[in-house]
Amino acid sequence: MSVLVVVECDGGEVKKSSLEVASYGSQVAQMLGTTATAVAVGEATEANLAQLGEQGISKVLYDAEPRLKDFVNGAYTKLIAAAAEKEGAQVIVLANSNIGAAVGSRLSVRLKASLATNVVELPKNDGGSFTVKRGAFSGKAFADVVLTGDRKILAVKKNSIEALHEAGKTAQVEAFSASLSDADFADAPKQVVMQDQAGGVLLPEADRVVSGGRGMKGPENWHLIEDLAKALGAATACSKPVSDVDWRPHHEHVGQTGITVSPNLYIACGISGAIQHLAGVNSSKVIVVINKDPEAPFFKAADYGIVGDVFEVLPKLTQAVKELN
Amino acid sequence: MKFLVCISNVPDTTTKITFTPDNKEFNKAGVQFVINPWDEYALTRAIELKEAQGSGTVTVLNVGEADTEPNIRKALAIGADDAIRVNAAPTDAYFVAQQIAAIAKEGAYDVILMGKESIDYNGFQVHGMVGELLGIPTVAPAMKLDMSGNTATLEREIEGGKEIVEVNTPFVASCQQPMCEPRIPNMRGIMTARTKPLKVVEPVGEGARTAVAEYALPPKKQGVKLIPAESAGDLIKLLRNEAKVI
Ligand SMILES: Cc1cc2nc3c(=O)[nH]c(=O)nc-3n(C[C@H](O)[C@H](O)[C@H](O)COP(=O)(O)OP(=O)(O)OC[C@H]3O[C@@H](n4cnc5c(N)ncnc54)[C@H](O)[C@@H]3O)c2cc1C
Repeated sequence: MSVLVVVECDGGEVKKSSLEVASYGSQVAQMLGTTATAVAVGEATEANLAQLGEQGISKVLYDAEPRLKDFVNGAYTKLIAAAAEKEGAQVIVLANSNIGAAVGSRLSVRLKASLATNVVELPKNDGGSFTVKRGAFSGKAFADVVLTGDRKILAVKKNSIEALHEAGKTAQVEAFSASLSDADFADAPKQVVMQDQAGGVLLPEADRVVSGGRGMKGPENWHLIEDLAKALGAATACSKPVSDVDWRPHHEHVGQTGITVSPNLYIACGISGAIQHLAGVNSSKVIVVINKDPEAPFFKAADYGIVGDVFEVLPKLTQAVKELN
Repeated sequence: MKFLVCISNVPDTTTKITFTPDNKEFNKAGVQFVINPWDEYALTRAIELKEAQGSGTVTVLNVGEADTEPNIRKALAIGADDAIRVNAAPTDAYFVAQQIAAIAKEGAYDVILMGKESIDYNGFQVHGMVGELLGIPTVAPAMKLDMSGNTATLEREIEGGKEIVEVNTPFVASCQQPMCEPRIPNMRGIMTARTKPLKVVEPVGEGARTAVAEYALPPKKQGVKLIPAESAGDLIKLLRNEAKVI
């Protein structure tokens, strides 16, 4: 019995959410009295993979096949399944990301495993079956799910587990080949287009998010959001009507029908806090709301609030952050 | 071309979520159920593609008990041609995926579309399970879908960008915005929906692989701490010293 962790890499670096997943996997391994092996997907460097030791990983399997740089569902699924067979993995842990969802769901059928996604806590082990807490009802509730299968796959929600950092520990990086053929790359992307990320922070991975709604009045005012985001090292986001009228691109829209985020800090500027918006942000650790209407529903979900005009408040906040640094 | 669109029946997005006193089940009393918002993208896009091709059919499929039929009729009113209901409570994603795969196989559907996830269970699992059960490609989550003959071109969202993917039929895609502008039924649609065929079949396959033991609501917030607008800068100090998030 062992635990296999799927680690997503991008431009040589291990993604932050994968550091969390690695930490989660090594804690599950410890619970089961075994070790955690990682299998890396995407573009990785040996040095960065070895650093996964800090998250408690003992060994990392890496297939350097260049076509694995971009996500290919067929090839990734086969690679991870082969790694699971090699390691005799009973538990597979991956990120609740677009890659994790695409691969995890296929793997669960291939490996006859029980699958839980959107997992927010470590599992409880009841004599072989796992009970895990997962987010449900678009962030409005949680469900404790029992996984009875001999094999279990857990997709861990971003920012719900603290990444471990045991300085100086390294993992052994081992070359691994799943003997992938051309057929496994049949669904390889024809093209990959990356978006411009304001300040270089990726919204789904962000620790802090500054978000604007219709109260920002127009795209010409977004520099106020961007300035604060830049000072904080935060990603920028928006409400749905803002992206519907093209003030901001669709990939910044958070909420029920947009991206779900769970950063440590979410600052909502000129957003009313409709239930559909809250669905995408209410698992943020700390929520700050700036709205000129004291009756705005968002204040009920907020930890800190300022009743005021965003055009006056935002520059003051940016200034205060700059003074702090 | 034969399109199969899977829809789920979910509590309306504005529903206040509560559970039965033992926390074992969602409390349905007084709740309005709607077509899962993500599934509306799948449904509308299938209808648009069928219309553009000038031929073909769109079949809607729901795994659910008889109380889901009003929303199946709504999907027919929006423009689907016929419907199938698998007569069973949707216990988990694997159970549902088996029903979809069995129907997709029997009906030899070319394109199987569904929403990214249901807004109640939030599983984001069924697409991949169906694809794997049928041994066909899956694209998830898809933001754009165009067809040319038997080849589909899709935009798949990745963190921080998108992949342009080409697959041949048959394939599965889980859809999300901004794929299309979901349609609402018009009067003529509502009238014709009543006479469109809705077939009820019994479930097949193995049981579920997961079960919900208990539901819980998130802990209540402490209440908001208000900072006067004049001294907005103090907020930043609180975020550093009290909340410790910057
Ligand atoms: C099925 C469905 C799905 C949906 N999905 C989403 C989703 O995913 N994400 C989402 O965001 N919405 C979603 N919506 C829409 C949602 O219901 C709200 O309409 C939307 O969130 C409102 O956006 P807003 O708060 O930016 O705008 P508004 O509701 O117009 O609110 C603007 C706010 O700005 C404040 N304001 C105005 N001027 C100032 C100023 N100068 N200073 C400070 N404050 C100011 C106002 O007091 C007000 O509270 C969905 C709706 C439906 C029906």
